Amino acid sequence: MLPPMHLPRALLLLAVLACVPFASGAKTLRYASQDDPQTLDPHSANLLATSRLTGNVYEPLVWRDKEWKVIPWLATSWTQPSEKLWRFKLREGVRFHDGSLLTADDVVFSVARALSPTSQLKVSLQGVEKAVKVDARTVDFLMAKPNPVLLSHMTNFRIMSKAWSEKNGAARPQDYTAKEDTYAARHANGTGAFQVKERQTDVKTVLVAHKDWWGHAAGMNEGNLTEIVMRPIKSNATRLAALLSGEVDFVLDPPTQDVARLRADPSVKVVEGGELRVQYIAFDVFRDDLLYGKAGGKNPFKDLRVRQAVAHAIDAEAIRAKVMRGFSRPAGTILTPGVQGYSPDADKPVAYDREKAKRLLAEAGYPDGFEVTLDAGNIQPASDIAQAVAVMLAQVGIRTRPNIIPQSNYFPKIEKYDTSFYVLSWGGGVTADALYTLQALLHTANRKGEGDFNMGRWTNARMDELIQQLQSERDPAKRAAAAREALLIAGRELPLVAIHQPLIPWAMRKNVSAWFSPVNTVYFYRVRVD
Amino acid sequence: MIAFVIRRLLQGVLVMLVVGFIAFSLFNFVGDPVSLMLPPEATQADRQAMRENLGLDRPFYVQFATFIGNAVQGNFGISLRLGRPVSALLVERMPATLELAFVAASLALLVGIPLGVYTGLNRNAWLSRFFLAASLIGVSLPTFLIGIFLILIFAVWLGWLPSFGRGDTMMVGGWSTGFLSTSGLRALILPSITLGLFQLTLIMRLVRSEMLEVLRTDYIKFARARGLTNRAVNFGHALKNTLVPVITITGLQLGAIIAFAIITETVFQWPGMGLLFIQAVQFADIPVMAAYLCLIGFIFVVINLVVDMLYYFVDPRLRIDGTAAGGH
Repeated sequence: MLPPMHLPRALLLLAVLACVPFASGAKTLRYASQDDPQTLDPHSANLLATSRLTGNVYEPLVWRDKEWKVIPWLATSWTQPSEKLWRFKLREGVRFHDGSLLTADDVVFSVARALSPTSQLKVSLQGVEKAVKVDARTVDFLMAKPNPVLLSHMTNFRIMSKAWSEKNGAARPQDYTAKEDTYAARHANGTGAFQVKERQTDVKTVLVAHKDWWGHAAGMNEGNLTEIVMRPIKSNATRLAALLSGEVDFVLDPPTQDVARLRADPSVKVVEGGELRVQYIAFDVFRDDLLYGKAGGKNPFKDLRVRQAVAHAIDAEAIRAKVMRGFSRPAGTILTPGVQGYSPDADKPVAYDREKAKRLLAEAGYPDGFEVTLDAGNIQPASDIAQAVAVMLAQVGIRTRPNIIPQSNYFPKIEKYDTSFYVLSWGGGVTADALYTLQALLHTANRKGEGDFNMGRWTNARMDELIQQLQSERDPAKRAAAAREALLIAGRELPLVAIHQPLIPWAMRKNVSAWFSPVNTVYFYRVRVD
Repeated sequence: MIAFVIRRLLQGVLVMLVVGFIAFSLFNFVGDPVSLMLPPEATQADRQAMRENLGLDRPFYVQFATFIGNAVQGNFGISLRLGRPVSALLVERMPATLELAFVAASLALLVGIPLGVYTGLNRNAWLSRFFLAASLIGVSLPTFLIGIFLILIFAVWLGWLPSFGRGDTMMVGGWSTGFLSTSGLRALILPSITLGLFQLTLIMRLVRSEMLEVLRTDYIKFARARGLTNRAVNFGHALKNTLVPVITITGLQLGAIIAFAIITETVFQWPGMGLLFIQAVQFADIPVMAAYLCLIGFIFVVINLVVDMLYYFVDPRLRIDGTAAGGH
């Protein structure tokens, strides 16, 4: 918290005075989670462990409130003069951690940086071609193609300082083939409520409050932290021991089997919330014969009745109670509450009914069932779910062999459609809009950015039409209607069977209060230590 | 002597090449790092672009040749997980592992040898029986279990010692040390006991059985006949002669301590090379895994060489035989 040396004396005094309230009420949060952020670069890795840190250090133009609705952040207002033009007005008096002021140049620079070839965050600016400075506080975003939910995407687009990045040779996100370290991977200069004071990869990251944060004056600060020490602790048992022994105050990812015990401990509390994610199983409905399994030379999953039978045979309640130890909400559709386009009447889980499942199988011509392999990655809870589902399906005659393989082998496998039946989960929190999920999961797979996760190659003309409509429709009511219809079609045709939405527990000392965000990320400006 | 050293060095190079090759072929099975470097929601085009960017689309032998060519120059590429040069990462983590290994090995020697001598000299004392029975724990319990027990007792129940990490470290000429701060020393206690316990019991049992054997030999009987004090006989003659195998075993075990610190480091979140390796495995971070395996291979080759040369100095018979000191 030492002020830079070049400040004039009066400013220096002011800075010292400004430190006084912090010094008197210094509040440190010692935070532990399994993974260390891979990098500090906000545009290089689109991974959760990274954005958990960069999301507290860097800020987007638009952000979200506690209801997860888009609100002004570094931009105070915006207009959309035409389908292919967005105009953003920047907030005044926003300072980077190095003391410089945010200007339109920084935004134009950040857009170019996030769209550069080595960026993994291009999706956060989907449809944007480039940004143009209008004046010092106004920026135009020119669209290559319309994106009615650009604002939702942009909540993950974070602003860097042009001068700082260029000075430190970090004008582009890290290129993994270049044999050099990018400065921005280990240093940060954002506008966020916290700045990086110390970073030791895989050991600890220390954040301190950014005293010039614009949010203090704007009343955005709901927390009271002055310092955060983030540590990765890989081993589940050790992470928990550190919480119980009082060496850390907060554990992001307590192992679920220990949550009951934690609840019984008077010095610890558990907060839980729903992540915007749905776990599901899906079928290969493309091939005429089962690739992995035996069903008399046919692919039973092409028959709707067989897919319905699978849905009826799965006891989501038992999975909730036994596999998830209570940490899930059985779901009937691929979207969760909190995502734009979710509609409760499309979220009706198929009833668990073993007799009906057997009847449907018999009607479809499989009175004695068939054999099939269910693929899953070796991460929890996917692998446990695969095993539970296999047992449930065996009870109605579908002899299911779970095939659990390392996650790093799993994706390349299903990406090649090399599967008959698979378990996957999809997080819609990135944009919290129906389009993102529907486009990836339910559009006809065309290898052109649509249906990328439709590994079963299901296709439905009306679904494609609705998704096309969502890509350009700007009227919220019409968007909601289109999304609802799409979900109802998916519920009727069952190209995939939704199992549940996972609930995530956070464990912390009694004196800590934190707001659970639907992307399973702690925003420190909303954390208090009392 | 020189011919012997040169021959061993050439064998070492061969071993290193084989280690590199095996390590590299294994990595074909750990899967595709790209699926972990990108979010599950990434598009096909993103994945393909990343693969080409990393050179993962090239054939195996091309990747291997590039790897060996760069490795010889000390360049192990960029970590896929952290985006930093692997050599820099290893250098950064090495002090943590070496300090831990050093303390664990010292502990094993300083406690193991006296216990071995005591149990060897007082075969039937109840304390000897107790030490021997207790040493079974060290031999038979898996390391991670010992570590978790120690954490439960000393960190959670008693609250005396930290459960994870290295405490405060200081930089001394590019070497980050935990020896200079109280929290650093406190943090060393549990992991070094965990890591050193197996070696401790091994050395204790080795010294004990060697002592029993040596005490039966003629020269000990003659020493006693000469009227030497018990002290001179036990420590001047007996212990000295038991140390030959102890030195050999300790040398080899030092390599094992460094290599197998992986488990201890994972349990205690000790930021050493082992933890780096485990995280690399989970992330399919091929450059780090390859570099780590080569480094461990290198450490073993060097230790073996040194041990072979130590034989030369501690065992006079080899010096007489000249070049007959082949392998072991």
